[in-house]
Amino acid sequence: MANKRIHDTLTGLGQITLLARDTFASLCRFRVTWHDVLFQMYFIGVKSQTVVLITGAFTGMVLGAQTYFQFHKIKMDTASLAVVGVSMCSELGPVLTALMVAGRVGGAMAAEIGTMRVTEQIDALRALATHPVDYLVLPRLVASHIVMPLLTVEAVVVGIGAGYLVGVFLLGIDPTYLWYNMLHFTHDVDLMIGLIKAFIFGGIIALIGCYKGMTCGLGAQGVGRATMEAVVYSSISILITNFFLTLVMGKLVGQL
Amino acid sequence: MIEVRQLHKSFGAQEVLGDISFRIENGESVAIIGRSGGGKSVLLKHLIGLLQPDSGEVLIDGENIVRMNERQLLRVRRKFGMVFQGAALFDSMTVAENVAFGLRRHVHLTEAEIARRVAKTLELVDLPGTENKNSAELSGGMRKRVGLARAIIYEPQIVLYDEPTTGLDPIVSDSIDHLILRVRDRLKVTTVVVTHDMRTARRVGQRVLMLHERKLYATGTADEFFASRDAVVRQFVDGVADAKED
Repeated sequence: MANKRIHDTLTGLGQITLLARDTFASLCRFRVTWHDVLFQMYFIGVKSQTVVLITGAFTGMVLGAQTYFQFHKIKMDTASLAVVGVSMCSELGPVLTALMVAGRVGGAMAAEIGTMRVTEQIDALRALATHPVDYLVLPRLVASHIVMPLLTVEAVVVGIGAGYLVGVFLLGIDPTYLWYNMLHFTHDVDLMIGLIKAFIFGGIIALIGCYKGMTCGLGAQGVGRATMEAVVYSSISILITNFFLTLVMGKLVGQL
Repeated sequence: MIEVRQLHKSFGAQEVLGDISFRIENGESVAIIGRSGGGKSVLLKHLIGLLQPDSGEVLIDGENIVRMNERQLLRVRRKFGMVFQGAALFDSMTVAENVAFGLRRHVHLTEAEIARRVAKTLELVDLPGTENKNSAELSGGMRKRVGLARAIIYEPQIVLYDEPTTGLDPIVSDSIDHLILRVRDRLKVTTVVVTHDMRTARRVGQRVLMLHERKLYATGTADEFFASRDAVVRQFVDGVADAKED
């Protein structure tokens, strides 16, 4: 039983790697259809606005308030927004945005492609001399890579803005020093780390969503399972990858 | 020309096709018959490379497609049009978008020329003026016709039909049979029809191949099948169940 699970896990990882290779090869052959990429950018980016804005705003607000409660004890109230800025840029912004998009978009990709698989639409694509990777995976992957950093910037800006409003209007922190300290302690490199992470998370969401759809089992149960696994596996992958990215990029930044 | 040599295919421990060999000449019209679950659709999917055999060869115009990867197969598949059992229309697209799919992907034409060819092909399958309908709104017979229009719009050399009349009433089935013949005669295509409907096999098959228990059991004209005294062929033609299946 344990052996089978390990075997299945390793097989899955290998197949996702092969899918990534095929998608990269497809990109190198200029098989990308920009019309399809634009549609996916609309679906992934524009349609995720509400969830990303709410997530960014409330994360910024609660982080600002919680930091204030602790910093107030040592008279460091005006540093509260700096914590929000650094955290939102390099960690919470990209990770929470990615988790939200994984739930909304990764699951939808798996469900849509999985339904196409069980209704023979993917076989129809192949019969029409169209590579499923060119038509289904590549536009989603390219769109995710482009859109995720943009959504992350949006979440970061809204989070810091919401934290500022809570700090100034609810907690009574001096607005000038609050803003100045945030600018002073939040560096370009923090935002850069966040954007690199968002770019990588975009790839994880699209690849796992597409892979789960293209390999889903038959029937409604197969599609349901693929959808659930796409969300769970991409969320877990994002959290684990984030840890290693933090370590690696922290090390790199430290050496700069 | 399609040639299959000693084809074997199993799914897990279950063998579906065992040592199948046959040849279909250019312009020929062949019906492959057999009981449900007997491997007909599996065999058809091997002809276009949608499935890979465990062993054996599939030659299209003398070229063995079994060792080809997915990207190499794309070139061979341009010779084919395929009509799927459930039509397999792209449900997020309109009828016109479905029919034009192959043209848009592989042929550089103006939008006006694409629209003209879509209209002409829809007329050929008796569905004029349905361009803007959503594929989800169509009846079973209409879906099959749109699937056929999508398969033939770029004028392939070979058209494969997977159970084209399954699930349709006798009148619509009859019209689909006529349509298959019309497409064959107008476009001069090689036609391969997988069916368990003997009426369809008799109408569209100049030659009939019968699959039985994983093997190619019999081959001949439809009339020879109807006149056969072989017990297995007779049972299939007459549609008589075994006693244990009552």
